[in-house]
Amino acid sequence: MTAPTFDTVAVGDELPAVSYPVRRLDLVRYAGASGDFNVIHWNDRIATAVGLPSVIAHGMFSMATGGRFVSDWAGDPGAVIEYGVRFTSLVPVPDDETGATIEVSGKITGKDDVTRTAKVTLTAHSAGQKVLGKAIAVVRLR
Amino acid sequence: MGVNPEISGRVYPPSPGYEVGREKIREFAEAINATGPADAVHRDPAAAQALGYPDVIAPPTLAVIIAQRSEAQLMLDPEAGIDFSRVVHGEQRFVHHRPIVAGDVLIATLHVDSVKTMGKNAMVTTRVEIADEKGEPVTTTTSTIVIRGAGEAA
Repeated sequence: MTAPTFDTVAVGDELPAVSYPVRRLDLVRYAGASGDFNVIHWNDRIATAVGLPSVIAHGMFSMATGGRFVSDWAGDPGAVIEYGVRFTSLVPVPDDETGATIEVSGKITGKDDVTRTAKVTLTAHSAGQKVLGKAIAVVRLR
Repeated sequence: MGVNPEISGRVYPPSPGYEVGREKIREFAEAINATGPADAVHRDPAAAQALGYPDVIAPPTLAVIIAQRSEAQLMLDPEAGIDFSRVVHGEQRFVHHRPIVAGDVLIATLHVDSVKTMGKNAMVTTRVEIADEKGEPVTTTTSTIVIRGAGEAA
C-alpha cells in the first residue's frame, strides 16, 4: 500500500476496518513492556472479586491498537503527532485460544493546509461495545 | 478520605532522566503487535534514518511509560488522598512535539491541572511535560483518572 499524501487525502475518506485479536498472552506482554502490573489485567481471581467479568485489557493496550491502525495507514508512526482517546467500556479477555477482538476503523474528519496534517477520527469496538470514544489522531502528511 | 481538592495546580519536582533504549522501543512495539512494514522504524535504525529520524523511534503511546512513572508521585502522595485501587483511567492524550528517539534521556514534570468532584466520584486531570536533557519539549501527555468513591460498586 502506498502511503497517503496530503494532496490525495480528502475529508470524508474512510479507512477500512481492521480486526485485532487480544489474547491473555498479549496482556501479559503488554504488562511487562509497559510496567503496568495492575492485577485486574492478569488475575481472574482478583478481577472477578472486584466485580469484573474476567481479566480486562489495559485501556492503554486498546489505545495502542488504535495507534497502530493509524500508523499503518500513515506508513510512519512518527507522523502521528497528536493522539487522544476516552476509555468508554471495558474489554474483557476470556482465557481461551481466541480471546477478544478489537475492530478499528477510521475516517478523515479534517485537514489543515498550514500544518499539512489530517485529522483521523477512530472507531473501536469489541463485542459490540464502543471501547474508545473521542478517539482522534492528527497525522502529518508528506 | 476523598481526593484533596487543594492539589489542583500543584507541580511535582522533575523526574530523574529516563534513558530510551533501542531494545525498549522494540519490546514495546512487539507488545502492541506493531510488527508490520510501517513499524520497521521501531526496530531497524536504517529504516528510521530513511524517513529522516536519527535512530529508531517510539510508537505514539510509549510515552505512557514515562508519564505513568511521573504520575506515581501523585498516586503515592499522602496529601492527595487518592486510593489507587479505586482508580479508573478515563482519558489519555499525547501531543508529540517530535518523536521519541532511541538515545533520548527524558525528564518528566507532573502538573495537576484540575480536580473535580462529581457525587461520590472525583476526576483528576494531570499533565506530564516530557523534555529532553536540553529542556526542549518532546511530548505533552494529558491523563484523566476517575477515583470511584467509597460505597460504589467496583
